[in-house]
Amino acid sequence: MSATILAFALVAGQVMLALAMVAAAYRILRGPRAQDRVLGMDALYLNAMLLLLVFGIGSGTTLYFEAALAIGLLGFVSTVAMAKFLMRGEVIE
Amino acid sequence: MITLHALPSWAALLIALLILTGSGLALIGALGLLRFKSFYERVHAPTLGSTLGMGCILLASMLYFSIGQTRPVVHEILIGLFITITTPVTLLLLVQATLYRDRQEGRDPLDGSNRPDA
Amino acid sequence: MSRWLPSPPTTLGLLALWLLLNQSVSPGHILLGSILGLLGPFLLKRLDVPPLRLRRPGAILRLLGIFIADMIRSNIAVARVILANHPARKNGFVRIPLRLRSRYGLAALACLITATPGTSWVSYDPATGMLVIHVLDLTEGDDWSALIERRYVGLLVEIFE
Repeated sequence: MSATILAFALVAGQVMLALAMVAAAYRILRGPRAQDRVLGMDALYLNAMLLLLVFGIGSGTTLYFEAALAIGLLGFVSTVAMAKFLMRGEVIE
Repeated sequence: MITLHALPSWAALLIALLILTGSGLALIGALGLLRFKSFYERVHAPTLGSTLGMGCILLASMLYFSIGQTRPVVHEILIGLFITITTPVTLLLLVQATLYRDRQEGRDPLDGSNRPDA
Repeated sequence: MSRWLPSPPTTLGLLALWLLLNQSVSPGHILLGSILGLLGPFLLKRLDVPPLRLRRPGAILRLLGIFIADMIRSNIAVARVILANHPARKNGFVRIPLRLRSRYGLAALACLITATPGTSWVSYDPATGMLVIHVLDLTEGDDWSALIERRYVGLLVEIFE
């Protein structure tokens, strides 16, 4: 019984996080300004990372942990680079 | 590799609750990203997923693998620590960039005359 | 603070990071992690960061507790704001005079304010010590200045200054 509930929660969690990614992607497409798109991308990275963690629980292996960590790192670096670009027009000064 | 049936039922229910809370918060945050009218409001939305939402899912993952493998699995703390430090930095930089761009276009949101919620 | 061990906290932090990443406390990994921990601070020294002195571990723990409680509370509050989507809700900027001057303290305050949903750090003027934050749900009568001062600034001054 409880295993069924957990299985349901895993599916529901993955669906909710996928919807969150769709919402973030909509914000990227819609804008209206560049900073909104960057914010949307940051949210997209974050939700993708959470989705991988939930997927990792569902599949029962800790292999997805490294992937989630890599996504978290990449999301940070790319968002910072883009914010920097919006401010100065250059990434490296 | 562990299966869902290997867990005691209290742990399975607790993990299910944590996963639903965490992903629910992330979804509400994404909804805020769609609903809010100005950029300065939208900045608040993704923090929902990156604080408590992430915390719940990481806790669920730690509990699941620790109980399933009967040894402490705590490397999720690294993701938690890392995201908690980096999220404020990215949001701060984005707000700074927005403020800079608004001012360059002659619309200073801090003037009071042109409030973002107006 | 000797010549070969410029920063023991960094060394210990890198060792802990290595052991957590490899999920093992075998002697081999402790050795590798220690080498990383001993070499890391020298790279950090090249970056020329100003020295950090932390005081009062008790205050750090108390600040952490306050932060976690505030974080959970404001998560629920912001979730409500988003779901209700009330048209009469007001958001806006709040100006707060700060007495905190330490750079690390200000950085920590920026992280604390931005990581709590519902408030975000907008700008800070080092000449006047005036901080501007953006508040998502601005209700009449809330004294944000006193709130930030009471909950965070007091402890941060204790820790960093």
